[in-house]
Amino acid sequence: MTDNRKIDPTTGTETTGHSWDGIEELNTPLPRWWLWTFYATVVWGVIYTILYPAWPMVSGATTGLLGYSTRGEVAAEIARVELSNADLTESLVTVDLGVLAENEELHRFAVQAGRSVFAAHCSQCHGAGAGGVKASGYPNLLDDDWLWGGTMAEITYTVRHGIRNEEDPEARFSEMPPFDWMAPEELDATVHYVRSLSDLTHDATAAGQGAKLYADNCSSCHGAAGLGDREIGAPNLADAIWLRGDSYADILAQLKAPRMGVMPSWQARLGEAEVRAVSAYVHGLGGGEADVGEAAATTAD
Amino acid sequence: MSKNPQSPDYDPTDDPKVVTAGEGMQQGKIPNELPPETQTITFHQRFERNATLLLMASLAVVSIGGIVEIAPLFWLENTIEEVEGMRPYSPLELAGREVYVREGCYVCHSQMIRPMRDETERYGHYSLAAESMYDHPFQWGSKRTGPDLARVGGRYSDEWHVDHLIDPQSVVPESVMPKYAFLMDARLDGDEVADLVETHRMVGVPYSDEMIASASADFRVQVDPFGDYDGLIERYPGAQVRDFDGQPGVSEMDALIAYLQMLGTLVDFSTFVPDASR
Repeated sequence: MTDNRKIDPTTGTETTGHSWDGIEELNTPLPRWWLWTFYATVVWGVIYTILYPAWPMVSGATTGLLGYSTRGEVAAEIARVELSNADLTESLVTVDLGVLAENEELHRFAVQAGRSVFAAHCSQCHGAGAGGVKASGYPNLLDDDWLWGGTMAEITYTVRHGIRNEEDPEARFSEMPPFDWMAPEELDATVHYVRSLSDLTHDATAAGQGAKLYADNCSSCHGAAGLGDREIGAPNLADAIWLRGDSYADILAQLKAPRMGVMPSWQARLGEAEVRAVSAYVHGLGGGEADVGEAAATTAD
Repeated sequence: MSKNPQSPDYDPTDDPKVVTAGEGMQQGKIPNELPPETQTITFHQRFERNATLLLMASLAVVSIGGIVEIAPLFWLENTIEEVEGMRPYSPLELAGREVYVREGCYVCHSQMIRPMRDETERYGHYSLAAESMYDHPFQWGSKRTGPDLARVGGRYSDEWHVDHLIDPQSVVPESVMPKYAFLMDARLDGDEVADLVETHRMVGVPYSDEMIASASADFRVQVDPFGDYDGLIERYPGAQVRDFDGQPGVSEMDALIAYLQMLGTLVDFSTFVPDASR
């Protein structure tokens, strides 16, 4: 067979056969390094489909020699991290909440973990700095004024079950009835009396009339002296901390149509260890109170 | 005589610029050895020199690749996972989903928790394909300016959602989310919701005739905790019945919050066992 390929004699390269005004276009072959790299990628591609899940078959895809799966990988990663903290987590889940603070290493672990949990799940309502949102009635967690109690055990219960939610039957629950049935002057008198409890400016005469109304309608929950009741989450009305504002208008609005906070139940979402961790973090923010058991032990010493 | 190699009366021997390989070798005009002329190369030259043929062949190759990648997803068992708990959205949730799509929430919020430890730590169990099975179109999103919302249901109270949608910065000062206060005033009468439900049936969501017939009633009763909502719960297990926005009637705020509070709550992950091969 005659070899009829057209060759440019100067370079010894085949031409494409294209010619422009007698200038031939060379068909320069691909550089060898490029060509071999290309072949290598083809080979790599084939190896990859053998090692990893790839080819679709009748009922399922090939699983690959390495047995890789995305779900398997994330499960392994979670297990690895859980294992590395297994001792501390185990201790945290079993430790008596009252004495958690005495175990320095465990307490530090809990507070650090709790900080992350708080940032991810709690900061949206209670604020990134846990200062609450006064305008909307999300409680400040930095102070020592607690609606439902500030000991480790009480904070943990609140985090675990939440407040006034529908999902958890053990959620903390209480309901302030609306007092919109009161006559305007009765409402006025009650508001003045409530303001007098914490020495805010008030009309002494009206407050005097409000005292009886308060005793009849409010004291069963908020206490005779307005100190509140943590058993039922009734706020202390005699201090300077007001969840929904201390102005005349704020108190009147709350009296006529009470707004009551709702907090989700976190037990299922976070798990026991994270519930305890975030409680330890919140407890340590400044307002945490000593458990009765711990206080008694301290006194005995 | 022509110098054009394509011309019939072209004679390469008269063209000093080109020689044929056979003659050139014999006459020593070619300074190097040439690779052998193979069948493969001559075959491939047909594609290289015929644009239409090349285009058709490329189309064939790309089609094969596409079919191999996409078609098996419709029959392979390990790409289709039935998950207990998933149900079509209730009419109110569906209306809320329309608000979600209309306001472009997906531009800043994803609904897709990827299978990575950091994501599952923050948002909860990674998303399953089945959790988007009644989404037309899906709301996975592609960018997170705000957080993922795939499991936002139950994370916050209704009051928080109302406060947050009216003025996001009032509860999260560092937020860059726009305000959606107008949703409170946008009333929904629920008359067209049956059409919406039927439209979703047309694209494959298994709504029954009964569900379509009772769509308007279901729509209204889901915001009325004192109403007769047993039928709603029977048709849509796990539907939450509350006055979501705290004001009478049904607003777009009610619908959107009902949708958000449902997101990620349908599958019970305390009993779900992930199959590693999926």
